Amino acid sequence: MADEMKMGTYICTGCGIGDRLDASQMEMIATREGKATYAKTHDFLCSQAGVDMIQADIDAGEVSNAVIAACSRRAKNEAFNFQDIAVSRANLREGVIWVRPDTDEARETTQEMADDYIRMACFEAKHMHAPKPSDEQSLNKHLLVVGGGITGMTAALEAAKAGYPATIVEKTGQLGGMAGRLAKKIPTRSPYANPAETEVADLIAEIEANSNVTVCLNSTVAKTEGAPGRFDVEIATESGSTSTIQVGAVIQASGFKPYDANQLPEFAYGKTPDVVTQAELEDLVKAANGDAVKRPSDGKEISEVVFVQCAGQRSDKEGHLSYCSGFCCNASIKQAMYFKDANAGIDTTVIFTDLRTPGSGGEDFYRSGQQKGVVFTKGVVSEVEPGSDGHTVKFKDLILDEDTAIQADLVVLATGMLPNSGVDPYAAEKAAAAEEEEGEEADKGDVVATVDVESILNLDYRQGSDVPQLVHGFTDSHFICFPYETRRTGIYTAGPVRRPMDIAQAREDATGAAMKAIHAVENAGKGRAAHPRSGDLSYPTFRKEGCTQCKRCTVECPFGAINEDEERYPTFNESRCRRCGTCMGACPVRVISFENYSVDTVGAQIKNVDMPDEFDEKPRILVLACENDAYPALDMAGQNHIEYSAFVRVIPVRCLGSVNTIWVTDALNSGYDGVILMGCQKGDDYQCHFVKGSELAHTRMSKIDDTLQQLNLETERVMTYEVAITDVQRAPKLINEMAETIEKIGMSPFKF
Amino acid sequence: MSDMNVAMVERYRNNFLKEVEHNVEEGDWVKMCMQCGVCSGSCPLGPYWDHPPQELFMMIRAGKREEVLTSTSMWMCTSCYNCIVRCPRELPITHIMHGLAHYAKRLGLAPKEQPTFKFSQHFWNNLVKKGRVNELKLGLSLYFMNGLVEGIKTSLNMAGIGLGMLKTKRMSPMEMIGGHSVKDTKGFHAMLKKAEEIEAARVEKYGKGS
Ligand code: SF4
Ligand code: SF4
Ligand code: SF4
Ligand code: SF4
Repeated sequence: MADEMKMGTYICTGCGIGDRLDASQMEMIATREGKATYAKTHDFLCSQAGVDMIQADIDAGEVSNAVIAACSRRAKNEAFNFQDIAVSRANLREGVIWVRPDTDEARETTQEMADDYIRMACFEAKHMHAPKPSDEQSLNKHLLVVGGGITGMTAALEAAKAGYPATIVEKTGQLGGMAGRLAKKIPTRSPYANPAETEVADLIAEIEANSNVTVCLNSTVAKTEGAPGRFDVEIATESGSTSTIQVGAVIQASGFKPYDANQLPEFAYGKTPDVVTQAELEDLVKAANGDAVKRPSDGKEISEVVFVQCAGQRSDKEGHLSYCSGFCCNASIKQAMYFKDANAGIDTTVIFTDLRTPGSGGEDFYRSGQQKGVVFTKGVVSEVEPGSDGHTVKFKDLILDEDTAIQADLVVLATGMLPNSGVDPYAAEKAAAAEEEEGEEADKGDVVATVDVESILNLDYRQGSDVPQLVHGFTDSHFICFPYETRRTGIYTAGPVRRPMDIAQAREDATGAAMKAIHAVENAGKGRAAHPRSGDLSYPTFRKEGCTQCKRCTVECPFGAINEDEERYPTFNESRCRRCGTCMGACPVRVISFENYSVDTVGAQIKNVDMPDEFDEKPRILVLACENDAYPALDMAGQNHIEYSAFVRVIPVRCLGSVNTIWVTDALNSGYDGVILMGCQKGDDYQCHFVKGSELAHTRMSKIDDTLQQLNLETERVMTYEVAITDVQRAPKLINEMAETIEKIGMSPFKF
Repeated sequence: MSDMNVAMVERYRNNFLKEVEHNVEEGDWVKMCMQCGVCSGSCPLGPYWDHPPQELFMMIRAGKREEVLTSTSMWMCTSCYNCIVRCPRELPITHIMHGLAHYAKRLGLAPKEQPTFKFSQHFWNNLVKKGRVNELKLGLSLYFMNGLVEGIKTSLNMAGIGLGMLKTKRMSPMEMIGGHSVKDTKGFHAMLKKAEEIEAARVEKYGKGS
């Protein structure tokens, strides 16, 4: 690669671009204004011949920075995947000709649009460098699994089978976790009719036989430091001895603890031994060892069992859990079968408000319970009144709409799960935010989830000792899009620590997390980013001389990638970084940049459009669109030929979090009439691929109004929106609305 | 209280669900209802029932014997089969409704003034005589079902239609005297008797221990 920059511009005239746009004019703009070394036109650039033409120039050392002016950067990126050079793309197809009408009147403004995109791409390319991996990378295939329950054992075995050795750290003296406490499990195989044996014993045997899995019992993780590919983990045993191992990635399968039923005095828990939780019933069944379970208070035969669903769950009462734990309805059906299968004469009644039986076999299992004669009553239990011979369960029958009662020898409470997620790094921050929202008290139901928590991972990160939590203490991950990812790269949570689940789901979860951990070590070994910019070689660096040690980058990085050195300068851990650019957006002195994405690559694009003067009646609107959702939505608008204003110039950004407010100020100063920021949904049900990026951007932009007032500009000129990938109609509409607004309030006074 | 009713109360004590399973046509399906309410929402007459099917099934499970068996609800079923088609648990709801009505009637608990109940009795009485429905007699007995005055009024109202039917030979006044019958009336009556025996045996079947 040449040291000196040589910029080649390649303009495609295929896909109708040549018919609608003047290619020779664009060539001229590229060389004269964009300062490209040369410009070439091809009528089918993504064809083999077109690609070969570019590759030949690269091989000949003719080009170090290429501009490909053709379709969207989201299209044909296999064809235009050139190594060792910096590539920028001008979107003439989805971004220009497909969103503009093919009419004579529109021709001029459409051409202006294309010309600007050529200028922008040239100036972007000029500030880009081909990213090279740093020397931080290392390949370490060893995985750490924290927790030896069903999830941890499954994850370790799955990894070992794939050739990645695993070390399980288990706090107690034996493997098996909560599942080890069960007499039987909810069936996971057709016909889903009867309780099944748990796989705990089999898994333990498998682990013992597998030389790739090491087990440390009575042990905890005393310290975790480093980054994916090079974690140093200190394992402490109960006896006080410690040892250190090096691992490439971590799977946290720390499971759950059962809800403390002492908080349910209304159900007579603690007042009579005949009221038990589901977990305690498992103990009774195991202890009976095949014989009939007797009434705990007096050893009498049991003839009536009542199951109280959602005990202390799905409730907004203080000390209760507000969520559904998901496993307990199926568990009650299973437990009712313990009795029915032993003696069909025993009456078993499940009192539920909504019977929820997730999982493939759930409905069949429910039906099987009904077939066996388990009675299901839709109602809400208000109270259990202990008696000397049997107890009275008072409830409201929701179908018959009446208060009624039923007798029971044994009452089983379906209490929920609390995640063992450790200490939330952002607990203080969240509490402060909740307090700010006056009137609305912090979710009382959550209080129980955060009492006397111990750290699980003891991360030596500046941003706290454990992975961040989302709601109710469960670890933060995107349920649908990227379930196993946490906000700490290379650390994957699986099982009930992530969300409430049963054995079958936990095993699936464990397998998924093992796969993600394998990805992480492999990517780290090659110096490449993990999800969602997986494979990206660029990473952030900062100019130390300029840094004011303000710490915004370390605080705002959603993934805790940045530590601090002794001199209190930020230290970027490349393999912990997801390449979102949030740090770059946060830095007030703009010293953070990537090789191929920086304040300059975007800033230069903003400044180098052709700005018509005030009397031309041609406003300019800048759109900074998140490349994950908003930009594809606009591309799809193009594919659907949904028109939008020709006055807009769209620049994709890695994440709205990477938007530095200087871009907005620069845009306004250089005469743009409006600026639109399009990012993903923020908040608890975020869709932001970088979790916090969009939220941080919204916060930053909420402060832009002051700047606007200083400049004497209307606040409507800068808008920030949450845009989903499906907003194919809405995204263009937002642009057109801005165009209308400008028509109303007039052009910006800042044109030169 | 009929003897049979007394016997059944004695036999099943609190377990009305079991009683229904044993004695009501398709009654063993009742436990499979998952209380979704689709049947009640689908029934064209649902809003007019005291207890739509979903509720009846819940009442059976809750042991509300008296309330269920004396209810007019299952007599409201028009056999449109909407509920059967839609029930996600595939309960033969229509059949259970008729089964419940039938069982209530056998126990002597059915509501005597319910029009469907009354009509069914007239229809039955009319049918068993000759094995064929005598439309003229059935019609007239229906007109007079609710007393003489209303009967005369209805008859006068319907006179035009009646005459028209006579004229076009859709109805014969001769039916009033005797009327036609199936070929083998004796055989028909023997069949009815046999059916009654089978049913009695079924009731007895669970009589021993339950
Ligand atoms: S699974 Fe069932 S019992 Fe458990 S919280 Fe959910 S609805 Fe309630
Ligand atoms: S790019 Fe994103 S993940 Fe990487 S250090 Fe910056 S803020 Fe953190
Ligand atoms: S945000 Fe910028 S100035 Fe502040 S600590 Fe980070 S690099 Fe330094
Ligand atoms: S539709 Fe079927 S399952 Fe639903 S309430 Fe009616 S009978 Fe029950």
